[in-house]
Amino acid sequence: MSGHASKQIDTTTLWGGKVSPFSTSYGKLMMWFFLVSDALTFGGLLIAYGFTRHDAQDAWPIGEETFNSMPFLGHGFPLLYVALMTFILIVSSVTMVLAVEAGHRMDKKGVIKWMVATIIGGFFFVGSQAWEWSHFIHGSEFGKVELVDGSQAIVKGHFGEIKNFTVIEAGEHHAKGAVVTDDLMHQFQHAVEVGKINDGIITLHDGSKAKITKEADHDMELIIKKDGKSNKVGTRIKGKNAEKMYYQAIYSGTPHKVIYGANLEQNEYGPQQYGQFFFFITGFHGFHVFSGVIINIIILLGVIAGTYHKRGHYEMVEKTGLYWHFVDLVWVFVFTFFYLV
Amino acid sequence: MAAVTHEAHGHHEAHGHHDHGHHEESFVSKYIFSQDHKMIGKQFLLTAVFMGLVAMLLSILFRIQLAWPGESSDFLSFFLGETWAPGGVLKEDMYLGLVTIHGTIMVFFLLTGGLSGTFSNLLIPLQLGARDMASGFLNMLSYWFFLLSSILMLVSLFVESGPAMAGWTVYPPLSALPQAVSGSGTGMTLWLFSMTIFIASSLIGSLNYIVTVLNLRTAGMKMTRMPLTIWAFFVTAVLGVLSFPVLLSAALLLVMDRLAGTSFYLSDIIVGGEMLTNHGGSPILYQHLFWFLGHPEVYIVLLPALGLSSEIIATNSRKPIFGYRAMIGSILAIGFLSFIVWGHHMFVTGMNPFIGSVFVFTTLLIAIPSAVKAFNYITTLWKGSLVLTPAMLFAVGLVSTFITGGVTGIILADSALDIMLHDTYFVVAHFHIVMGMSAVFGMFGGVYHWFPKMFGKMMNTRLGYVHFWITLVGAYGVFFPMHFVGIAGAPRRYYDYSSYGDFDTNSYEMIMDLNVIITIFAIIAAIGQVFFLFNFFYSIFRGPKAPLNPWGSNTLEWTTPVEHIHGNWPGELPTVHRWPYDYSKPGAETDFIPQNVPLADGEEEH
Repeated sequence: MSGHASKQIDTTTLWGGKVSPFSTSYGKLMMWFFLVSDALTFGGLLIAYGFTRHDAQDAWPIGEETFNSMPFLGHGFPLLYVALMTFILIVSSVTMVLAVEAGHRMDKKGVIKWMVATIIGGFFFVGSQAWEWSHFIHGSEFGKVELVDGSQAIVKGHFGEIKNFTVIEAGEHHAKGAVVTDDLMHQFQHAVEVGKINDGIITLHDGSKAKITKEADHDMELIIKKDGKSNKVGTRIKGKNAEKMYYQAIYSGTPHKVIYGANLEQNEYGPQQYGQFFFFITGFHGFHVFSGVIINIIILLGVIAGTYHKRGHYEMVEKTGLYWHFVDLVWVFVFTFFYLV
Repeated sequence: MAAVTHEAHGHHEAHGHHDHGHHEESFVSKYIFSQDHKMIGKQFLLTAVFMGLVAMLLSILFRIQLAWPGESSDFLSFFLGETWAPGGVLKEDMYLGLVTIHGTIMVFFLLTGGLSGTFSNLLIPLQLGARDMASGFLNMLSYWFFLLSSILMLVSLFVESGPAMAGWTVYPPLSALPQAVSGSGTGMTLWLFSMTIFIASSLIGSLNYIVTVLNLRTAGMKMTRMPLTIWAFFVTAVLGVLSFPVLLSAALLLVMDRLAGTSFYLSDIIVGGEMLTNHGGSPILYQHLFWFLGHPEVYIVLLPALGLSSEIIATNSRKPIFGYRAMIGSILAIGFLSFIVWGHHMFVTGMNPFIGSVFVFTTLLIAIPSAVKAFNYITTLWKGSLVLTPAMLFAVGLVSTFITGGVTGIILADSALDIMLHDTYFVVAHFHIVMGMSAVFGMFGGVYHWFPKMFGKMMNTRLGYVHFWITLVGAYGVFFPMHFVGIAGAPRRYYDYSSYGDFDTNSYEMIMDLNVIITIFAIIAAIGQVFFLFNFFYSIFRGPKAPLNPWGSNTLEWTTPVEHIHGNWPGELPTVHRWPYDYSKPGAETDFIPQNVPLADGEEEH
């Protein structure tokens, strides 16, 4: 049943009917052809990504700039977390190989051990992807800003914490002189997006006006991503000048000067399609990994129940193994296109 | 459907495809959730015939509008009512809807699902000497996905905002924006869901066909002893596995553009005076992805028909097929080339003329294997003892349409000429003849030829002749004049050509007159199908019982009992000793020697 050609058969006999020409069961062949087909789906998507990126008029984001955070540790670790994710996914392929190998030896305990390891690796990857997504959706505290001359810039540096809003003009809920301390960042970003901050005075939901108390930003740097009247792509503006240009734009009282994070329509990192393809392709891949984990669990239950042991071979483990390796291999391409190049 | 409650017993059959029918099957496991390839083939055929009839009716509806624009028709108001044909005059939106669903059903449901689904299922195990498909369960699943997608497509005809209206290619932005046309609302969503399920069905089916051909050939059935039908189904399945997934990626991105607000295919669009925020996408991207499927799809439709006709022509000429290996080579060559020609659908998208000329070159290369096939058919017929069964007539009809349509293909393959003819009725004429007529003729031929194997009864020959001649004359009557309509400058998918009178009286009169002629022929051809339907259903119940091998054929399916049994052969599987085309072999006693007959003393293999 296994794919190892233990006996040498000449080509005429192999292709002469009655035997499988590849000495492989139909189920395994079917899995191989399914993977070919699935590879073309991913191929179509990645080529679409390349096509769009090639056609894009605006600068395409750089992986190191977009993905530079670690859980619990904050910013400043370009591509480190995704490298860890990738490493663990590839390790899970190794454990899968060990499970298949244990299956060849009819070592039920070994299969269980390595399948469990593979499933843990898969869950870690899916969880990490959820973290990456949430981080991507949330975005930076500065967001992408459209400067006064029409150019667009992303912002590096440390965003000074917002301490409170002191109400200077009463609205429906807040009396004059009240100090708002809840949900500050969210209200701030919302007000920026709809253009309700003018010269450091924020208009809150209930119509009250408040003064923003905020710590100073540090090490601010604007990197121009889209040409404007005076700023050109690639220009970097630092220090006081950067701070002045940034707040001039977002405190201007006009909407849509800043995009925070990403959704399916727009994102702060680059052209619309960057975020859209990121969500769609990594999501489609994540769906594959998730299905793989579920399938692995089902097969694991079969192994524990002894179904394959009674059958005399662990070919089902081999088949899911093929799928699992494929999903890992696809990730290498997705990773390359979204993070490395 | 009410009988689904018996499923528990049906489930017991799940592992039974190696049993030889020793125990009674329930109605459900035999006719509904069947895992027997012969029954699944019949299920595909009946579903596809029904879908084909719907698509044909839709075409008659819009042909009436084209022939007599703006005139009231009771026929239209009967089928479309006040909503879509107020006062008996077809609404513009619905015209596009009818054209779209006609094309979709014909290409995918009749000629992909119907043709491959019916004949690959029926013939692959029977002609290879296998008990059944590799996986009976997946085979059943393939049919049920097909039925589900068919139902969704039909349902889309009845939603309030109408069916998809963006043409069978559903190009964005028209298909992506519900504001653009009413059919791009719910109708388009149903279209996309239906096609996604269809792709799953096609994928599962194709995987099964491929592994069955590779793994389950009986002893002695070398690849080079397989009938050409099997070669055609095999390559068709490979094309499906390689091209449909790319359509899936295209469709998924379109679903996102429609439902999630992305702009993969959209950029800087103004609809109804409103500027959309989508920026940076490209509708050309969709065309590339679509036609990477779309062109192989043409051969997914055509190759099975060519395979069926090879078999029918050899059998009924009582001669070996001419150039067996050349036929295999040309199937493989066509299959390969079909993946590198998609750009010829896009010459007018602003494609770089150099890239265009590359696509011209690869496209013209297809003429070589196609000509090999055409000449081999003719040389097989040459000096044969022709037995003109209805199946044979349809197969020869296919050779005729394959050549007629192929010649105009050479014209359209040239980008310089295509720029003039692109998207005119000339193109409509071309692909309807070369792909539509040929594939439908192949399918009819297949039904007439293998009807005894499917139902154990014979069809009526005279009714078959009547059906053939009406169909041939009717179909040529429809599609031949379309060349001139196209050359006169009529673009396809227009609702009303009478406005041409404003600037070119000669072309106007020609277009309008020919449109009337075309519609009349279309109605005649449609009525001609009644002969087929009557013959088909009458023969299932009342036809004379079929003999074991009615056509004196060599292939293995005619060695199985007329009454279907699970596992196909009652005893051992047959062993194959020769190729399938030993007709009129010099020195032999009979004019055919089936594949399971051992070589006689001193007899040489072909």
